[in-house]
Amino acid sequence: MPKTLVKVGMASCGVAAGAEPVYKKLTEMLKDRDDVEVKKVGCIGFCYLEPLVEIEKGSSRITYGKVDEAIAEEIVETHIGHGETIKKYVVLNNSDEAPENPRLENQVRIVLRNSGLIDPENIDEYIEREGYKGLEKALKEMSPMDVIKEVLDSGLRGRGGAGFPTGLKWKFAHMAKSDMKYFVCNADEGDPGAFMDRSVLEGDPHSIIEGMAIGGYAIGASEGIIYCRAEYPLAIKHLNTALEQAREKELLGDNIMGTDFCFDIHIKEGAGAFVCGEETAMIASIEGKRGMPRPRPPFPANKGVFGKPTNINNVETLANIPWIITNGASAFNRYGIGRSRGTKVFALAGKVNKGGLAEVPMGMPLRDVIFELAGGIPNNKKFKAVQLGGPSGGCLPEALLDTPVDYESINATGAIMGSGGMVIMDETTCIVDVAKFFLSFVQKESCGKCPFCRIGTKRMLEILERISRGEGKMEDLDLLEELAYQIKDGSLCGLGQTAPNPVLTTLKYFREEYETHIQDKKCPAKVCTSLIKYSIDPEKCIGCTKCARNCPVNAISGEIKKAHVIDDSICVRCGKCIEVCPVNAVSVE
Amino acid sequence: MTSSPAKGIENMSKRLDPIIEKYRGKKGVTIPLLADVQKELGYVAEEAVGYLAEKADIPAAELFGVATFYAMFRMQPEGKYVVRVCRGTACHVQGSALIGDQIQRHFKIKDGETTSDGIFTLQYVACLGCCSLAPVLMVGDEVYGRLTPDKAVSILESYRDK
Repeated sequence: MPKTLVKVGMASCGVAAGAEPVYKKLTEMLKDRDDVEVKKVGCIGFCYLEPLVEIEKGSSRITYGKVDEAIAEEIVETHIGHGETIKKYVVLNNSDEAPENPRLENQVRIVLRNSGLIDPENIDEYIEREGYKGLEKALKEMSPMDVIKEVLDSGLRGRGGAGFPTGLKWKFAHMAKSDMKYFVCNADEGDPGAFMDRSVLEGDPHSIIEGMAIGGYAIGASEGIIYCRAEYPLAIKHLNTALEQAREKELLGDNIMGTDFCFDIHIKEGAGAFVCGEETAMIASIEGKRGMPRPRPPFPANKGVFGKPTNINNVETLANIPWIITNGASAFNRYGIGRSRGTKVFALAGKVNKGGLAEVPMGMPLRDVIFELAGGIPNNKKFKAVQLGGPSGGCLPEALLDTPVDYESINATGAIMGSGGMVIMDETTCIVDVAKFFLSFVQKESCGKCPFCRIGTKRMLEILERISRGEGKMEDLDLLEELAYQIKDGSLCGLGQTAPNPVLTTLKYFREEYETHIQDKKCPAKVCTSLIKYSIDPEKCIGCTKCARNCPVNAISGEIKKAHVIDDSICVRCGKCIEVCPVNAVSVE
Repeated sequence: MTSSPAKGIENMSKRLDPIIEKYRGKKGVTIPLLADVQKELGYVAEEAVGYLAEKADIPAAELFGVATFYAMFRMQPEGKYVVRVCRGTACHVQGSALIGDQIQRHFKIKDGETTSDGIFTLQYVACLGCCSLAPVLMVGDEVYGRLTPDKAVSILESYRDK
C-alpha cells in the first residue's frame, strides 16, 4: 500500500492566506494514521487559490484550493477516509479533468520544477528528484571550462534584469587570476511586484545551493555568499536548514564528493536598500559599508568583494543551472525565441483574476500571459496597462499586447523584462498616479551619490505631484522628458539610468491622460484625490445615516430620513460611503 | 551629539561587549554588528554607537553612515509590534494607500511613529513579496493579505490583548 501524502503549501503567501490552521487541523486529525503523512511544501504559484492542499497517493495527485479548516475536515473524512474525491473543491487533478489543469499544462517548469512538490526542509526529497546530479556531473565528468561552455551554449541570460549572458560572466570570472574568488547569489529581490525569487528560496533552496556550487567550480571560487533581503524571514530559515543539510551530506565543505573542490556558502542578510540589487552596491554592502555603487570597470569579475574576483547571479538564473548541467544545453535552448532562450517565471499581480507565478518559454505574447495565465481582468473591467520590470521598467498599453516576452522585444518598447514582475492595471488605475508612485519609490531609494539621480528624481516627483493636484502646466510634460533623459545620462548605476522609465513610457503611451489632468483638471480613473469630489444625490438618499456613521472623519451630516451632505473640505476620499450606501446614492466626479 | 547620562543605557558594557567580541577581527561586519546591537537594545541608540566606535575601533561616522543608510536600522525605540504596511506596486493598485490612511487615523500615528501606549510602530515598506494577496501588511513576522481598511484595523486591534 503506498503511503498517502497530504501536502500543504506553506510558503509566505500560503501562510498569509491561512494555511497554518489548515495544517494544524490536518496533522491533528491524521496523527493516528500511519499510512498518511502530512507535509509542508513550498508554493506552486497558484497564489489566488491559497491555501492549497494536495493529496498524493501512488501516481494520483489531486489538489484542493481555498481550503479552510472546515474543508480540511471534509477532505480527511471523505477523500482520505472513503477515497472519494470532493469535486467542488478540486483545482488540479493529474488523472481527471479539473478547472486549473490547463494553466499548469501551458507551463514549462524548469526553475519551479520542485516548488510546491517537495518539502524544502528535507534534502532527501530534493535528491530524489535528480537533486545534486548536476553538481556530480560537473565535478566528475566536466572541467570548469566544460561547465562554462555548457552554460554559454544553453543561451541562459541573467534573470535579474539586464539579461547579460551567464556563461560569459562566468568566463570572465574564471579567467581572472586570484588566490581567492567569491560566488555571490543576489537574493535581494527588491522590485516591488516580483516574488519568484522568494518562492524559489522558500520552496526549493537546494536548487540555489547546487547552482552556486556548480558556478563556484566553474569560476574557481571557494566561498559563496547569498545576499538575501531581511524581509524574507522564511526564505532565510529554509536556506539555513538547507545549507546545514548540504554540509552534513558533504555537498558543501572540503573535498566535495571526494574531489579536490572545496566550497562553502554563508548568508548575508540585506538591511533594506533597493540599490543593493546593483552589483557594485551589493559588494559594498557585503563589505559592511553603505550600499553605494561605484564606476565600472573594474568589473566585479576582476575586483569584487574585498577586491577579489566575484561573480554575481540572481536566484532564478541559478535555479536553472543544475537543470542545464543535468539535461544538457540543447534541452534548455530548444525553448525560447531569438537570443532569449529557456523559460521565464512571471509574477502576476494587480488587477487580475489569477495572481501568482507562472513559468513559460520565452517569447509568449503578453496577451497570452495576461489573459490566459493570469486569467484576465476581474469584475468585467477593461485592461489598461501592464507594468513590467518594476521601478526600472515601464507601462505598456493594450496596443502592444502582441509583443512577445523576450529581452529584445520588451526593450524595444521602452520597458524592460527586469525580474519578470508584471502588475496589471485596469481602468480604475490612474497612470499619472502610477508614474508618481514609481518616482517616489526611486526618489526614496536613490543612494544620493549622483546629483542627477538624487535631485532630478525629486524634481520629477514634484512635477508629477503638481499634475496630480491639477496644478500642472503643459510645459511640465516637456520638462519631465528633459529631466528624464538627463537623469539617464548622468547616473552611474542602473537605478538612476532606468529610474525615469516609468515616466517616459507612460508619457509615450498615455500622454492623453496627463493632458486631461493638466487641461481639464480631471482624473479619468478617479484616483487623484484633489481632482475628484464625492457627493450624495439628494433624490436617491433615503437618510439611513449609514454613511455618516461609517465615515472615518465625520465629513457627512444630515438628519435621519433626510438627504445627507458631504463636507468636501473634510472628506478624505476613502470611498467608505460608496461601499456602505444601500441605494447607490453616493457618486464620484 | 550629546546624550544625557540620566537617560543612559544600563549595563551597556555587559550587554554590548559580547557582541563586540563576536565580531572582533572579522571583515565587513558593520551591518551584522549593528543588527545585533539593535536586537539587544531594541534600537541603535546614539550613545551605543559612541561606545561601539571606541570599543570596536570602527569610526563613529562609519557606524552612523551605515545605520542611517539602511531601512532596517532605527535610531529610536519602537513599539511592541511593528506594523509594516506594504506599499509595493501590486498593493498600491489594490488600494494600500487607503489602508495606511485608515491606520494612521485610527491609531493617530504617522509613518515611522509609535502609538503613545508603545504597542504599535507603523512602517511603510516597499514590497513584502505577497503581491497576489494584495493589499498586504505584516505584524511582527505574520503576514495578512486581502485586506480592507476596516479589516486591517480590526487585525491590529486583536493584537492589543495578545
